[in-house]
Amino acid sequence: MKILVAVKRVIDYNVQIRVKEDGTGVHTDNVKMSTNPPDDNAVEESVKLKESGKVKEVVAVTIGEEKAQETVRKALAVGADRGIHVKAESYIEPLGIAKILKKVVEKEKPDMVFLGKQAIDDDCNQTGQMLAAMLNWPQATFSSKVVLKDKSMEIVREIDEGLETIEVNLPSVVTCDLRLNEPRYASLPNIMKAKKKPIEQMVAKDLGVDISNRVQQLKVEEPPKRKAGIKVANVAELVSKLKNEAKVI
Amino acid sequence: MSVLLIAEHNNKNLKPFTLNAITAASKIDADVHVLVAGSGSENVAKEVAGIPLVKKVLHCDSPSYQNYLPENLAPLVIKNADKYDHIVASANTFGKNFMPRVAAALDTSQVSDVIKVNSPDTFVRPIYAGNAFATVKSNDKKRCVTIRPTSFEPAPKTGGSAQVEKVEAADVPNFSKFVKREETKSERPELGTARIVVSGGRGLESGENFKLITDIADKLNAAVGASRAAVDAGYISNDHQVGQTGKVVVPDLYIAVGISGAIQHLAGMKESKIIVAINKDGEAPIFSIADYGLEADLFKALPEFLSELNKLNTIQK
Repeated sequence: MKILVAVKRVIDYNVQIRVKEDGTGVHTDNVKMSTNPPDDNAVEESVKLKESGKVKEVVAVTIGEEKAQETVRKALAVGADRGIHVKAESYIEPLGIAKILKKVVEKEKPDMVFLGKQAIDDDCNQTGQMLAAMLNWPQATFSSKVVLKDKSMEIVREIDEGLETIEVNLPSVVTCDLRLNEPRYASLPNIMKAKKKPIEQMVAKDLGVDISNRVQQLKVEEPPKRKAGIKVANVAELVSKLKNEAKVI
Repeated sequence: MSVLLIAEHNNKNLKPFTLNAITAASKIDADVHVLVAGSGSENVAKEVAGIPLVKKVLHCDSPSYQNYLPENLAPLVIKNADKYDHIVASANTFGKNFMPRVAAALDTSQVSDVIKVNSPDTFVRPIYAGNAFATVKSNDKKRCVTIRPTSFEPAPKTGGSAQVEKVEAADVPNFSKFVKREETKSERPELGTARIVVSGGRGLESGENFKLITDIADKLNAAVGASRAAVDAGYISNDHQVGQTGKVVVPDLYIAVGISGAIQHLAGMKESKIIVAINKDGEAPIFSIADYGLEADLFKALPEFLSELNKLNTIQK
């Protein structure tokens, strides 16, 4: 079996976001970038399935500018076999990304596509579900446990009420939760080896799909700031403040 | 033109967040129609028909819709989408799961997690874990929108009498199957809608110690929350997680105990009206957004907190 795993380059999760003064977006110059955290879980699960012997090949794909390749290199360094970089110079909405991924799926014919459940930059939570719909495949979102069978997968999903177990036929799209696994770190020898693994280049606008953005960003602004509060000396003072000042208990 | 809102329910009762989504939908257009798809769900259709903001109920009852499998639900929504300019649902694990399937099939770009409706085509939504707010204009003819429930008041539940129209089930693909759902049963208020939330983090050090949190929650009639670190460590189940990829809560009082305040946690609670932080590390980022900070060892402070609460004559419910 074969897995296609999609990874996205985003501002590192530890970076304090700064909104641009002119309202056009957030500062990205000289800001640390990393792989979107749940995408690391998607790569880890793909590699684990390969190590279990059930999966023969893991192909990592990213869509974005030149430097987005770093995310594919990182996936190769932890065990993906080869990479695909679809070049795109500007932001593409999840709808366009799903269309590009569909093209890649048609070419690669994987049995499963793994993605992170949500990107931590635009927080859309759409791409995996859209790709599944376009392919007319089943989907397993927010997955925290994956059991691969011969022709299906049993998946435990994290939902608002607790946990849900579903079974989806292959081929299928899986979006990964942060609790699915513990992503490994690449060893230095594996980072060196990954440099020799092939990354195929494609160009988004040459794929023959409509990737025009439909949602116009009018402005980006800072959320209202909370005013600084006070420190209380002890528990009695805290309870008194909550009772008499804030009047919430 | 009208809005079609997809109701979330358990086949017996409407889930409360649908009421918040109805309020948001009514700000897009006053002609709000609600699709109730379920199995043995007559009572839900009746309940929805009684909501004054709802003008019409589309009711589809079939075993295919018993467990909201998105592969089954999406074709039904698409089949009924023709007459509507907007398809709306809550931005919780229900809406997030099926709505992008609908948007993709309609070739429309979804607007996720809306916190404000400026006009029928312009919305405000948080990005970067709520560290920026984007105002966006959708240029699609048909718009798929998910609503952050806690940003809108729940719609009044009774007094209306909307017409209920039966609609036929759509074909289902039969390539996915529901196996089981393990819901955490609790006597406490629901985390998403509770007036008070008491949350614990890694500082609790174990699942057993979470009793210190639950004792206070029970005294205050509060819901119990947790940081991702506490859930990852296995102290408490995933449905308690507050944050960027967990639940977003906006209670009157949020008490964060042993939580340092990572950006991802703040994303889920920083709109709370009053925030209390109890942490032994005076430099913890949580103090920068807390109205009342107590720098203390939680293992001493929580039992003291409980005994102070016990001394009070009355506690608001």
